[in-house]
Amino acid sequence: MALLAAQQGRQVLLVSADGRGDIAAFFEKRPVGFRPEVVFPGLSAMAMDTEASLQEYLRLNLRIPLPGRVGPLAKMFDFVANAAPGVKEILTVGKICWEVREAIEGRAKWDLVVVDAAATGHIVAQLGAPQAIEELVTVGPVKTQTGWMGDLLADPAVTALNVVTTPEEMPVHETIELVGKVRQTLPVPLGAVVVNRVLPELFTHADEVAFEALRQPAAVAALGGVVGPGIGDVLTAADLAVTLRRTRAQHLTRLRGAVELPLLYLPELFIRAQGMRVTRMVADSLGEELGL
Amino acid sequence: MTPGPNSGGQVKRPSLDRLLATKSIAIFCGPGGVGKTSVAAASAAVAAARLGGKVLVVTVDPAKRLADALGLSALGNLERPVPAERLKAAGLEVRDAAPSGGHPPTPGLWAAMLDTKQSWDDLVLRHARDEETAYRILENRLYHNITARFVQSHDYIAMERLHEIHAEGGYDLIVVDTPPTRNALDFLEAPERMADFFGSRLLRWLTMPYRVGGKRGARMVNLASKPFYQVADRILGGQFLEDIGEFFLNFQTMYEGFVTRARSVEALLHDRRTTFVVVSTLEAAPLREAEFFISELSARKLHLGAVVLNKTLPDYFLGEAGDAAARALVADPGPAVEAAAGAVPGLDPATAARVLATIGESFLNFEVAAKREAELRGELGRLPAPVLRVPAFEEDIHDLRGLARLGECLFA
Repeated sequence: MALLAAQQGRQVLLVSADGRGDIAAFFEKRPVGFRPEVVFPGLSAMAMDTEASLQEYLRLNLRIPLPGRVGPLAKMFDFVANAAPGVKEILTVGKICWEVREAIEGRAKWDLVVVDAAATGHIVAQLGAPQAIEELVTVGPVKTQTGWMGDLLADPAVTALNVVTTPEEMPVHETIELVGKVRQTLPVPLGAVVVNRVLPELFTHADEVAFEALRQPAAVAALGGVVGPGIGDVLTAADLAVTLRRTRAQHLTRLRGAVELPLLYLPELFIRAQGMRVTRMVADSLGEELGL
Repeated sequence: MTPGPNSGGQVKRPSLDRLLATKSIAIFCGPGGVGKTSVAAASAAVAAARLGGKVLVVTVDPAKRLADALGLSALGNLERPVPAERLKAAGLEVRDAAPSGGHPPTPGLWAAMLDTKQSWDDLVLRHARDEETAYRILENRLYHNITARFVQSHDYIAMERLHEIHAEGGYDLIVVDTPPTRNALDFLEAPERMADFFGSRLLRWLTMPYRVGGKRGARMVNLASKPFYQVADRILGGQFLEDIGEFFLNFQTMYEGFVTRARSVEALLHDRRTTFVVVSTLEAAPLREAEFFISELSARKLHLGAVVLNKTLPDYFLGEAGDAAARALVADPGPAVEAAAGAVPGLDPATAARVLATIGESFLNFEVAAKREAELRGELGRLPAPVLRVPAFEEDIHDLRGLARLGECLFA
């Protein structure tokens, strides 16, 4: 998504919320840190670091001079983060919202901030952190801080939460659960569901009838005489591909019916390559799905 | 029919038999989305059937996956038996014979889901100095938020609950499906972190104003000159600090019990009866995470029992015969269509040609994926534990029959 937007001429910030610097590997670049680095023209990437985020927050908001005066900041951070486990979440969401607000107010160049967010089990806690903190903290600067974050996250003109899944039973089940939970508990607007690794449809109905006929022993023997004994494996493999596709189609039907969101489909990629080539292929498919 | 990944091999297939027969706790861990829950549940189900004894599978996953996989609608903190008839219907007949030892075993498969909030409450009730303190903690807003909302608290409580169940001694084997952590190490470090935290000088420092003041609600005027409190006060606001202070002041009364507990949870992970099974798929990103986890286990001197590679493609994709046939079909299906027409009356040549070219192409596609997998498997290198492969099933694992089928691949 970030690459697609950059190819469309936008200035994009890509954030890895779990702090994985190797997100840059998708662009054939060395791991990135907290400071955004250009990984593709128009596209910068950064890895979340909650401690760096706190330091930045203290420096920018409270004009507190760095470490020295407050004692060992790292230790204090460890302590606070462990004492109130919402702290890491709020520092993650806070940094992202900060970049968005800077961009909106013209101090940062981003047209789009793309976040590779926490996994299904964590995302509600992460995005709900401003709300949770707001309920806990009744006065003070944190209250004001979480207020504007919540506003940004809830604004459909600014934020969209997109769920990425695969057409398998558990991922589909979790996606449906997550979408329901987000609608129920978070004021964050949902965007689309991206279904990755969709298998190609091999046969039409007529093809399928012919395929079944070709799998009869007499036909297999005849085919084997021409293309060799491997025909058995090829037919078994085709059966696996067809069944996999069919099972997945059922999950997709269930997903479509349950989430009431636009669905974008990305094909399973049968290639050996990794890195930039794959990123480009996915961006291309995404562009096609979006009609760009 | 899906042929097994190692069909035709004479070499003995690696399995979990020995491991699960000799260990009493098997912790299944690995990256998210690799089918960890299914693998853990299948291992438990087949262990109960093949090895006998009383086996518990406990999942700590908030997404209630195991409940689905086991077809149980309401898995609570309570351990429940999976009905023997249902297991039998799935081909998982539990052995009647007791494995060994004197205690009368109640054979069968049991399942439990971790209820984080409930487990924390139980923990507080158990360790608090008196009932009043317990209720003050349970009613504290901060406590409520920590236990109910923030996921990291799963990690510790999962290990704590494991310790609890183990200490009760009701099971021959406990299979644990770990929470999908951002960092797979979180739950390994949780007990240690918990003990450190409650023993930390910083905690005492932060709660000092309350301890000096005696009662809750005491102001921290006397400490206003200290930069730490100044900063904390400015960031968080006085009320919040008071909540934190009260919370930890009360919590600290549980210090002794808690730390002792956290230490024994840690010891349990290192116990020689505990083993770790790392689950992954043969995809680059999950496998990298799994490898990291394996190296961390070794660095911590924790026992790596096995590595399970899930959803792998069958070996026939790597065979030369299939490759040759597929290439021939893609290059020119004509001769094959002619040959087949003799065997299949009424076969439409155009349709047959399309179908044969398509299946040839599909085979070559999957072959690329299978080769990618084989390469990754090669990179995995030599491991001090058996590496098992589970094939990609054409159907999803969603019931006991599916678990039984998956489990067959894990046992000899």
